[in-house]
Amino acid sequence: MINLALDIGKTATPESFLFYFLAPLSVLAAVGMLLVKKAVHSALLLAWVMISLAIFYIAQDALFLGIVQIVVYTGAVMMLFLFILMLVGVDSSDSLEENIKGLRLVAILSAVGFGGLLISLISRATFGRQIYGLAAANSGGNANGLAEQLFTKYVFAFEVVSALLITAALGAMVLAHSQKSKSQFTQRDLSISRFRKGSLKDAAGLPGSGVYALHNAVDVPALLPTGKAAPTSISAVLEARGDMIESSNFQLREEEEDK
Amino acid sequence: MAIANYLYLSAILFTIGAVGVVVRRNAIVVFMCIELMLNAANLAFVTFARVNSNLDGQVVAFTMVVAACEVVVGLAIIVTIYRSRRSVSVDDASLLKQ
Repeated sequence: MINLALDIGKTATPESFLFYFLAPLSVLAAVGMLLVKKAVHSALLLAWVMISLAIFYIAQDALFLGIVQIVVYTGAVMMLFLFILMLVGVDSSDSLEENIKGLRLVAILSAVGFGGLLISLISRATFGRQIYGLAAANSGGNANGLAEQLFTKYVFAFEVVSALLITAALGAMVLAHSQKSKSQFTQRDLSISRFRKGSLKDAAGLPGSGVYALHNAVDVPALLPTGKAAPTSISAVLEARGDMIESSNFQLREEEEDK
Repeated sequence: MAIANYLYLSAILFTIGAVGVVVRRNAIVVFMCIELMLNAANLAFVTFARVNSNLDGQVVAFTMVVAACEVVVGLAIIVTIYRSRRSVSVDDASLLKQ
């Protein structure tokens, strides 16, 4: 037992069946995360990986962590991810073509090297101790055992983590808070700026649209006392959209003026 | 089955996450890949807790609190960048380069 590589304890048959069923699926989902185009699909695949990891935790006598994994990760964190995805536009799919030349090849090669290094290190590691499992440590319940550790041996780390949580919440509030870069003009400001302009022509405001003309719709220009159409009486938005009726139709015609 | 298989799975998932951080360009997907790496590390912690027959590893696996903090701050940064640049591609946020 001591010097055998790979032999740091064996698992029971049901657990190995669970592992051989779920582990390939989770690796496939993780690889798929890199390959799918849409970020939403990546998020769903990541949720699947997290749920299978939660099952692994529960299988390894970490009941509390397994439940917390489902509640915190697949519940809260993935929900936050999806929320931000919806916020920034769900159809903003990532173009998968590489910007830096040869980046993907280098990434895959170095991943193979790094993963190979990790795996070969694990396979050469020896533990040198008998494995008893967590049955004794979990005898009073997994959550109770964790709480005992957390509030005695690790109580300082626990407090530091709580300070970290508060800091993160404050930081997120500061970052996500947006102050208006320019203040909105009030009616008073607009009035003052009209009078400060070069001419007092528009000081009383622009003329309203086609009232007292043949139509009184917003897309018909008003008639000035001279009988000419007043183009400023039409909203600039309608003008830009081209939703304006030709004003010459509504001018006083010469014949009518003659009578 | 050897317990070390969990460690292999953890190493593989960590590597896949690292590749994703390098290869993907959508900042949100990059973040998800970081989450994958943190999860893989947690699996190793839980496995080592079992190997060591005590709960210390499981207490250390509470790094998922740190991961949650990181997600909150990181997504706030992404939202801020998106608000000013209308894009979440990590290649677009290269203002410091010029």
